[in-house]
Amino acid sequence: MDKIIRVNMTDLSTRTEAVPAAWAGLGGRGLTSTIVAAEVPPTCHPLGPSNKLVFAPGLLTGTPAANSGRLSAGAKSPLTGTIKESNAGGTAAQMLARLGIKALIIEGLPKADAWYSLHVSMEGVAIKEETELLGKGNFAVIEALEARLGKKTGILTIGPAGELKMTAANISVKDPDSKIRSHGRGGLGAVMGSKKIKFISIDDQGAPKVPIADPEKFKTAARAFAKALLDHPVSGEGLPTYGTNVLVNILHEAGGLPTRNFTVGQFAGHDKISGETMHDTIVARGGKPKHGCHAGCIIQCSQVYHDKEGKYVTSGFEYETIWGLGADCCIDDLDDIAVADNLMDDIGIDSIETAVMFGVAMEAGILPFGDGKGIIRLLKEDIAKGTALGRILGGGAGSVGKAYGVTRVPVVKNQGIPAYDPRSVKGIGITYATSTMGADHTAGYTIATNILNVGGFVDPLKKDGQVELSRNLQIATAAVDSTGMCIFVAFPALDIPECLPALIDMINARFGINLTGDDVTNLGKYILKTERQFNMAAGFTNEHDRLPEFFKIEPVAPHNAVWDFTDAEIDEFWNF
Amino acid sequence: MEITVKLFAMFRVGRFAATTKKYQPGISPVDITTELNIPEKEVGIVLVNGRHARLDHRLLDGDILSLFPLVGGG
Repeated sequence: MDKIIRVNMTDLSTRTEAVPAAWAGLGGRGLTSTIVAAEVPPTCHPLGPSNKLVFAPGLLTGTPAANSGRLSAGAKSPLTGTIKESNAGGTAAQMLARLGIKALIIEGLPKADAWYSLHVSMEGVAIKEETELLGKGNFAVIEALEARLGKKTGILTIGPAGELKMTAANISVKDPDSKIRSHGRGGLGAVMGSKKIKFISIDDQGAPKVPIADPEKFKTAARAFAKALLDHPVSGEGLPTYGTNVLVNILHEAGGLPTRNFTVGQFAGHDKISGETMHDTIVARGGKPKHGCHAGCIIQCSQVYHDKEGKYVTSGFEYETIWGLGADCCIDDLDDIAVADNLMDDIGIDSIETAVMFGVAMEAGILPFGDGKGIIRLLKEDIAKGTALGRILGGGAGSVGKAYGVTRVPVVKNQGIPAYDPRSVKGIGITYATSTMGADHTAGYTIATNILNVGGFVDPLKKDGQVELSRNLQIATAAVDSTGMCIFVAFPALDIPECLPALIDMINARFGINLTGDDVTNLGKYILKTERQFNMAAGFTNEHDRLPEFFKIEPVAPHNAVWDFTDAEIDEFWNF
Repeated sequence: MEITVKLFAMFRVGRFAATTKKYQPGISPVDITTELNIPEKEVGIVLVNGRHARLDHRLLDGDILSLFPLVGGG
């Protein structure tokens, strides 16, 4: 039987509850956002006693459905002040689903000056005081916990950045290789740190299989769904071969690769950091070009990157990280970027926010553009140690911009703008502006249709059709984020007619219900409106749905494009 | 006329990354993909001077043609 588990850190108690009827049809983002909106006062301090940290596996997580192992984490974000959902792969989601835990809700703040851990198992949740692993990096935490509790233990952990409540801190999730996936965006690691929880360990021994109401129907639908994923050229061939980093060269060619802190749209060193070069380097050094972030992933967009000596450096080496430290910081050495990626995993800090931050830090003169070794030094010596400078850097792009008087600060709602210039890829600018999460490319990935010719084509340099495109994608994404599915299932779903019905059939077979396509669209709309309502009650207005001024007044080469949407045009987004 | 042709991802395998050479005036990207034995259905993205174009777009002297298979990320 599915249940809700509440952990109260104020009196160190736990409570298991039945799932309220209103939450029964929700999972993942739909559930975390519903709980946060219902129970967290929108004006509360994100690091204070009233915020809640909620983990929820998706509706299909724990089933044999391909690519369904994502975990949603939600809270009020200390980075943006908005509601936040950030999802990640790893092993935790499937373990929580098998344990029947629909949501784990962590409330309150401890009174004592002590740190704790949570242990989740068939017996419920145990709260223990933790001393040994304080101050340790995430890799050391995983190693120590596997020795302490067993190799199969699921782990959610925060590094020094989360302990120090830096607003760019993430929550790390152990993956099937005992490496790290991240609830990256929005500073949720600081929320976990504010509740003085260093890690959550999960033991699913004795847990039953996730029940499926109609196994035959499920099997048929799961097969059709997996076939669509493998048949589509993006999810079936492109992503497994080159990973997400294939985008470096595409965005460079299209003039939408933000370079040198968003001053130009092309990077001279693009080929040195490209997906093509990375693939050849990985193969030559004996790494793995293909790799999944969770059991049951058949896309395998991740990879394992080795150094020149053939030793492990990092995995899950994503386009956004490589773009940010590469083009945006003008570093053309993939090995330096890989070392920094590993350090960010260990410190537990969002690699998008931190990469965007370093672009601003370089403009501020803290270090020169192109200084890869300088980034590694600042990560190790300042951010990991929490020096005064490290705390400013660990606050993200907006924090550094304020502290150093920089005006070219690419953030929306204080969250760093990722790897696609909104002047030359205009649809994504609408997503950055209107997302309930702050600047977030995954919220409505218009790059698919603006650049990649997936789901049709909408010219990235024109305004026509962008608001509608972003709206439709944001609605669909909110629904997909509730299923536990990887967002890359959207590529086949946009092009292959059998894909989305198969996904809905799997949900119906899992729960014995009869959702239609319209129900799923309505779920997406409900989630966006619930999140928006929370943000408005927290003090956000239409005027926060705007890009920074410099995008309007600084044309970006090579197309010399500017951000030219009027306020009224942007506000049309919410007309649904 | 001179055209710079850039190939990406799987299109590079057994071919090249970039080359500049002379072509007959009036040709289109499809003439170049045919010459390179790239089946039309495998072409995902065609950019001419950084702008999306169709395979029958008329190329001009000095153009840069970038050809991608259907790939993606995010």
